[in-house]
Amino acid sequence: MTRKQKRLAIISGGVAVIGAAVLLVLFALQDQIVYFHSPTDIVEKQIGPDTRIRLGGLVAEKSVVRGTGTKVEFAVTDTANTVAITYTGILPDLFREGQGVIVEGAFVPGNPVFVADSVLAKHDENYMPKEVAESLKAQGVWQGEEK
Amino acid sequence: MIVELGHYALIMALATALLQSVLPIIGARTRDAGLMGVAPAAAIASFVLILFAFVALTVSYVTSDFSVKNVWENSHSMMPMIYKFSGVWGNHEGSMMLWLLILVFFSALVAFFGGNLPATLKSNVLAVQAWITSAFLTFVLLTSNPFQRLSPAPLEGRDLNPILQDIGLAIHPPMLYLGYVGFSICFSFAVAALIDGRIDAAWARWVRPWTLAAWTALTAGIAMGSYWAYYELGWGGWWFWDPVENASFMPWLAGTALLHSALVMEKREALKIWTILLAIMTFSLSLLGTFLVRSGVLTSVHAFATDPTRGIFILCILVAFIGGAFALFALRAQTLSPGGLFAPISREGALVLNNLFLTTATATVLVGTLYPLVLEAITGAKISVGPPFFNLTFGPLMIPLLLAVPFGPLLAWKRGDLWAVTQRLYMAAGVALLVSLAVIYFATGAPVMAGLGIGLGVWLIAGSLTDIAMRSGVGKVALPIMWRRFKGLPRSAFGGALAHMGLGVSVIGIVAVTACATESVVTMKPGETTVGGPFTLQFEGLKPNTGPNYTELQGRFVISRNGQPVSHLTAAKRVFTARQMPTTEAGIYTNGANQLYVALGDELPGGGVVVRVWWKPWVTFIWFGAIFMSLGGIVSLFDRRLRIGAPAKSRAPAVAVGQET
Repeated sequence: MTRKQKRLAIISGGVAVIGAAVLLVLFALQDQIVYFHSPTDIVEKQIGPDTRIRLGGLVAEKSVVRGTGTKVEFAVTDTANTVAITYTGILPDLFREGQGVIVEGAFVPGNPVFVADSVLAKHDENYMPKEVAESLKAQGVWQGEEK
Repeated sequence: MIVELGHYALIMALATALLQSVLPIIGARTRDAGLMGVAPAAAIASFVLILFAFVALTVSYVTSDFSVKNVWENSHSMMPMIYKFSGVWGNHEGSMMLWLLILVFFSALVAFFGGNLPATLKSNVLAVQAWITSAFLTFVLLTSNPFQRLSPAPLEGRDLNPILQDIGLAIHPPMLYLGYVGFSICFSFAVAALIDGRIDAAWARWVRPWTLAAWTALTAGIAMGSYWAYYELGWGGWWFWDPVENASFMPWLAGTALLHSALVMEKREALKIWTILLAIMTFSLSLLGTFLVRSGVLTSVHAFATDPTRGIFILCILVAFIGGAFALFALRAQTLSPGGLFAPISREGALVLNNLFLTTATATVLVGTLYPLVLEAITGAKISVGPPFFNLTFGPLMIPLLLAVPFGPLLAWKRGDLWAVTQRLYMAAGVALLVSLAVIYFATGAPVMAGLGIGLGVWLIAGSLTDIAMRSGVGKVALPIMWRRFKGLPRSAFGGALAHMGLGVSVIGIVAVTACATESVVTMKPGETTVGGPFTLQFEGLKPNTGPNYTELQGRFVISRNGQPVSHLTAAKRVFTARQMPTTEAGIYTNGANQLYVALGDELPGGGVVVRVWWKPWVTFIWFGAIFMSLGGIVSLFDRRLRIGAPAKSRAPAVAVGQET
């Protein structure tokens, strides 16, 4: 092979790999990302069932109902609106009423209760997930220090 | 008193670093030996000063001096000594101190061992190191001073975050930083070469050991972090594609690419410009990682003590260094002469392929990590990019790369014969295929993909063994000659094979645990049983227990197999007294390479408790593989050719026949 052909072979190989990667990334960014919503967003925008979303806010006071088994019911609020959640599994250590949480999951058709399959609280008691802090500020009920 | 001295030492270190930033460069320009001589002395002085400051901070921690704000915020007099000690870097300020200490430690190593480096190169390298040191020292002194006093001094500290009260904190951050910050040396060498406008194989021979050392530490650091998160968080996961994990994984991927491209440069003087670029990119990704972790701009499960306002400062450092380095690269890269030629099918070609896939994979991880930030800045929409994205983009890119790995070391330099190499790999391919089929046939319930994935891991292991066997002349020469050749192989050949083998071991672990792990959430009362893999767990009940600075409820389980008790495990819910913060202590029973993992949930009325049980077949392979990779790095480091300080003279005539050069 001449020098030119060698270079061509290497460059076309590179373009093929990078092209494939770009296609994969574009495809994955269409389908595999999860949007964050506050309870107010849920009420205002119509979010269809079976769409995976993240929902964040404070765990509403006196909303946590621990079932007899592994199922837990609670509500997430941004003080303006509240969404009821069910979750099966073990809650994070720092899950408490009044604490900020992010739950991930979807609504099932014909039911206003959000079915979460993961619940995130932070491992630091002073922590508030950034998205939750911002949505609380938007509601004007932020009580932490201004950052 | 020692606290004030520590603060003073930091200021002195900044002054020293500023001198070291300027004088050696002028010296290198004007060929002034006196000015160039400043560099090593200043580097060692900065190291001593920052070490002193670090020791001062450590002393305040160990003696629980709560008049120091940082100690008060992150320590407690009742804490076990090991956590008082490791608590030094369990917070933002102390963590930046550790970062600085390791940075100047590497500079001092260059100053100390760099006796046979060309004088101008050494001066420039140390000057660039001093730029980084000055920037981060300024950052620490202006925004993150760990020596701030409190008056009046509180009687008791606020305790270290309980999650960090673990042996993991003593090991994981220092290892990770040795890796992250170790890449600064590669960066400094690259920038120094650009300033000099000269680069040759000797440069690569100098850079390779640093890259190897940093890569080895980073590999071990990431693996340690993964295992720590796995047992500490109680979620049973070993990798979440969380921004903080990605922040350490991107420099690792780029560093792996750098390790391989430096090889081409050293042996064949090709890929010079690309290697320089990779060295700059790798450290840039380390800086980006520091920024992401410290600023908390992305929501992560692992981030501790983040502070967005101070993040801006790091962002400025980031922009200045990355921007400056790339600008210098754009200006000077043309002056570097291009290197040797090679055919696409050759060892060089294989290494280019490796670099192509690794850098593309790094780019996909970068896109996935930063996309939420970009999208929010542009549209205001808040999103999270989770495992599905990375599995869909990173995964497919890795498969061809892993398939190609065994071919690389067997191909000849310059022009290789793919067909001959394929013939040598028949045996490895056969073994891999057989294992795949066996897994698909015997492991009922496991998907076909799992069989293929495990076959891929076996292919990597068998391929590495083939490489060593071929180099020793297995099947070609008599046994004694074979043994002599085997002993005469360069250490780097063993190192490379060990690292590739480790990759295979990790792949097997990842595939097995992804495909075959089982998980159940049940409520259990004392005496009740549940199943985890081939084992039966019987719950014995909850028992209170008191530790040095916590109280806990322990749940004891008896593990039996086929009705015979084999072991027991204890999982617990702890409450740390000072912060009143609960944590989950998972109970883990290791059986061969498999693990049974139990986490406790809420207590239920009537003595019951929610229990989450995972059966994780072969999970320990994931970390054992990483240990093999690190060991491979260490073995390569001891290669005669790369030994730090070894003069770059021409090699002695080869002792062993068939040893590639």
